[in-house]
Amino acid sequence: MRNEVDISGKLDWVTVLLYILLVALGWINIFAAVYDETANQTIWDLSLNSGRQLIFIAASVVIIFAIIIIDMRFYETFAYLFYGIILFVLLLIPIIGKEVGGNKSWIGVGSFGVQPSEFAKFITALAVAKFIGSVGFKMDNLKNQLILLTLMVIPMGLILLQKDFGTAIVFASLLLVYYREGMSPFLLIVGISMAVIAILTLIVENQLYLYGVILVILGLIIFFGKRTLRRILTLSAGALIIILTIQSFDYIINNVLPIRHKKRLEALVNPNFDPMGINWNVTQSKIAIGSGGFIGKGFLKGTQTKFDFVPEQSTDFIFCTIGEEHGWVGSLVVVSLFMVLLMRVIQIAERQKNRFNRSYGYAVASIFFFHFAVNIGMTIGLFPVIGIPLPFFSYGGSSLWGFTILLFILLKLDAHRGQVLQRI
Amino acid sequence: MNEGRKEIVQIVFLLIGIVFLVKLFFIQVIDDRYAELADGNAILRQVEYPFRGLIYDRNGKLIVYNSPEYDLEMVVKDVKKFDSVKFCEVFEISKEDLRRRFKEMKARKEYSPFKPTLFINQLSSVDFARVQDYLDEFPGIYVQARTSRSYEAPALANALGYVSEISKENLARDESKIYKQGDYVGQSGIESFYEEQLRGKRGVRFKLRNVKGIEKGSFKNSEYDTLSIPGQNLITGIDIDLQQYGEFLMKGKAGSIVAIEPSSGEILSLVSGPSYDPNLLTGRSYSSNFKLISTDTLKPLFNRPLMAQYRPGSIFKIAQAMTALQEKVITPDTRIRCDRNVINCHGAHSNEDLRGAIANSCNPYFHNVLRRMLNQGIGKDPFEDTRIGLAEWNKHIGSFGFGKKLGIDLPNEKEGLVPTPAYYDRAYKSPAWKFSNIYSLAIGEGENLVVPIQMANFAATIANRGFYYTPHLVKAIGEEGKPLPQYTERHYTSIDSSYFIVAVDAMQKVVEEGTGQYRAKLADVIVCGKTGTVQNAPPLFDHSVFIAFAPRDNPKIAISVYVEDAGQGARAAASIASLMIEKYLFGQTKRPHIEQYVLAGKFE
Repeated sequence: MRNEVDISGKLDWVTVLLYILLVALGWINIFAAVYDETANQTIWDLSLNSGRQLIFIAASVVIIFAIIIIDMRFYETFAYLFYGIILFVLLLIPIIGKEVGGNKSWIGVGSFGVQPSEFAKFITALAVAKFIGSVGFKMDNLKNQLILLTLMVIPMGLILLQKDFGTAIVFASLLLVYYREGMSPFLLIVGISMAVIAILTLIVENQLYLYGVILVILGLIIFFGKRTLRRILTLSAGALIIILTIQSFDYIINNVLPIRHKKRLEALVNPNFDPMGINWNVTQSKIAIGSGGFIGKGFLKGTQTKFDFVPEQSTDFIFCTIGEEHGWVGSLVVVSLFMVLLMRVIQIAERQKNRFNRSYGYAVASIFFFHFAVNIGMTIGLFPVIGIPLPFFSYGGSSLWGFTILLFILLKLDAHRGQVLQRI
Repeated sequence: MNEGRKEIVQIVFLLIGIVFLVKLFFIQVIDDRYAELADGNAILRQVEYPFRGLIYDRNGKLIVYNSPEYDLEMVVKDVKKFDSVKFCEVFEISKEDLRRRFKEMKARKEYSPFKPTLFINQLSSVDFARVQDYLDEFPGIYVQARTSRSYEAPALANALGYVSEISKENLARDESKIYKQGDYVGQSGIESFYEEQLRGKRGVRFKLRNVKGIEKGSFKNSEYDTLSIPGQNLITGIDIDLQQYGEFLMKGKAGSIVAIEPSSGEILSLVSGPSYDPNLLTGRSYSSNFKLISTDTLKPLFNRPLMAQYRPGSIFKIAQAMTALQEKVITPDTRIRCDRNVINCHGAHSNEDLRGAIANSCNPYFHNVLRRMLNQGIGKDPFEDTRIGLAEWNKHIGSFGFGKKLGIDLPNEKEGLVPTPAYYDRAYKSPAWKFSNIYSLAIGEGENLVVPIQMANFAATIANRGFYYTPHLVKAIGEEGKPLPQYTERHYTSIDSSYFIVAVDAMQKVVEEGTGQYRAKLADVIVCGKTGTVQNAPPLFDHSVFIAFAPRDNPKIAISVYVEDAGQGARAAASIASLMIEKYLFGQTKRPHIEQYVLAGKFE
């Protein structure tokens, strides 16, 4: 335990380099997104998002040093405490929070505010990792599985109370961690099936047709299979469950989900649905990216993002700027950087000697992956428009700090992996 | 127990990355549509409408010019809280009108809520000045400046034509793809005939704009921009003062005045009565006025000089005389008794020679002349003989420009009719017709039809002693330009030029001692003319016709006047023609009693 601070030799510099590249590219593209030829402003200008992002980056550097200086046991030790605190804060937000852009997810004073939900991600990851890493943890224990799901669902629910649907579903990415640590893939499969059924519910206007098809399939399976009573009952029960699921989806879509999300879901399954209205974002985003061509229009030469055709062009739709100004080559670079980062994080996770470190590593990979997939997927019309940031690229202090902390705690743990007791 | 799950997670990650890159490759590299859509989004194509060419008269006086007007366009997406009550008040339109305009706008082919679409067209500068201050209160309304036609003098309407928005049918027929919906195009008259020269070329400027349509500078340093090229100015041969005087004289009458400069074929004035004020068919009230004018029972849009087909009457006797001389069936000295058996006559004369017969407009003389012409004893029976004679006659008459379109530079010219043998075969449904069936031709009645421009051209042909230039309005395209090439070519008649001196002499005689002596004679110049009184169904008066040219030698003006239902040619038509000649040659008229007589309009 000597010289806790001087770990520079053991820090994973590949990941640090990737981090620097992503943050730098993000910062440049934020400038490109808000650049106004006629305004004569520089990338440093504090009235621009790019100038402010630079401050957030500087703050991130401070945070990184803090993470490295702090004892590595701190994170595991206080994981549950943090978890409790963040849940408390999340609970308070609907009461004391500020509303920004339809989401009541900010707390702060004056113009300075943070989104606690961004920090809930790494804290929940720590808590989950701590539980998985605890002595005597066995994944095949149903009680443990329920606890893990509960750890995931509570922050999800609290964030849903802030009407921040996007951030809430990020927590579902922790299922990948559970899967890696031995949970049956059944849950994942059920989750994906639910998604398919949900989409079918949206596509098929009248559920009776859907029910009809299900009953016909049921009948055929029963008719052509072994006609034992037990089999018939099991299949019928299965069909009934599917039908009830559809009914509840229908109920959720029509009565629970905010109308804008419902429309976004509808827009996803039907690309021609209201291109000037609800599909405006996706249409314009695809136009911006699609107009980039192979090598793009050139730095600061994009027209779609700069002239506000694409909404939220420096936050959720930052990828449009990359696609428009740097073309497919630019997209390839960014997607590749994320792929390399994800592979590296998994590699780091796999070389850990205890379950806490490893499952935390997987949580980092899963959360990054989820953000990457949903964010870029939405800009190119493969996912519904769900406002979550592209890690390191999107403008915003809270998200940058959240992702930085998430990543650097892993690097800190990794740097000390030789010092931990085997607990696998 | 969890072997392989690490790989599965990695494969899922990589798979999504590859799916994204493939999808990106499709929308970025393979599909060109997005690039086009992006240009459509951000590049504003701003059309610069060219100035339409101006139209001048022969003395350099401006006849038609452009005045600014303003179209208001709407970008529906930019329209915030639209106060329709206020809007109706400011723009002085009714609620129904407003509703209709919204409906029309959305029905336009190029309509998009993101693009400016025409909402209110053709505000005059006066109206625009009034609404300008209120425009701020209606975000989403943008101004597009254009020009519309204005007229120095409320004259020459039918010859000038008018300019209005291109119709859907014409737009569909336009293969040059020059026109777009909402473009203005010449619809008749000079505006239509010289559309190509007048319209100029549209310029285009490409501007970058943001999502709100606000300009953000030029696109690629303006390298794709083109300047608009104004249309060419037209110099007409019209004398606008003479034209206005002619219209003044024709007030309250139906008919036409056509005056031509014989030595060039340039039309000096082209009066159609009744007419309308060309200013009515410009600007915002175009459609309501057009409806009024086009449904007027007096047909002010009917361009009589070109389109009215009349029987020519006695003026045709000169053409008969020329034809007969050329065919050598008479000589200038041939005397024929005015027997008044088959055909009636008027005035005291009994046995005139050709000049005297023309001066007295002797009907029996020309009845006889036509018989000599048609029945020359060549055919084996009277039917064949007449057929051969008529074919020959038709050839000569046609060489004066009768029975065909002259090719004037205006649309909708009519041919008139000079009967051929085939025509009578059809009319009588058999070839069994002979001179006694068709002798009315002799005195310009019967089946003959001419249009006023042909009569004036006939006068010019006699003035030129045997040739004419196709009458035309535009003497120069562009200030230093030329007329169209077809208007510099001489057309000779089939009559020897030496015979025309007989016609000239006779026409001088008409004015000096014949039917024209009371109203067509001028003190300081020798006028040559011929009256005509075209039979009309009673109780209507006959049509009054007069053709003339002056001076006798080196003529400066040839004219035809046709006044419907106004009695003898020596009255209304001769008076008007002589006043026009006087006005043109001397700049003013010194015979107030004749002018009064014409304006009073009581010719019986």
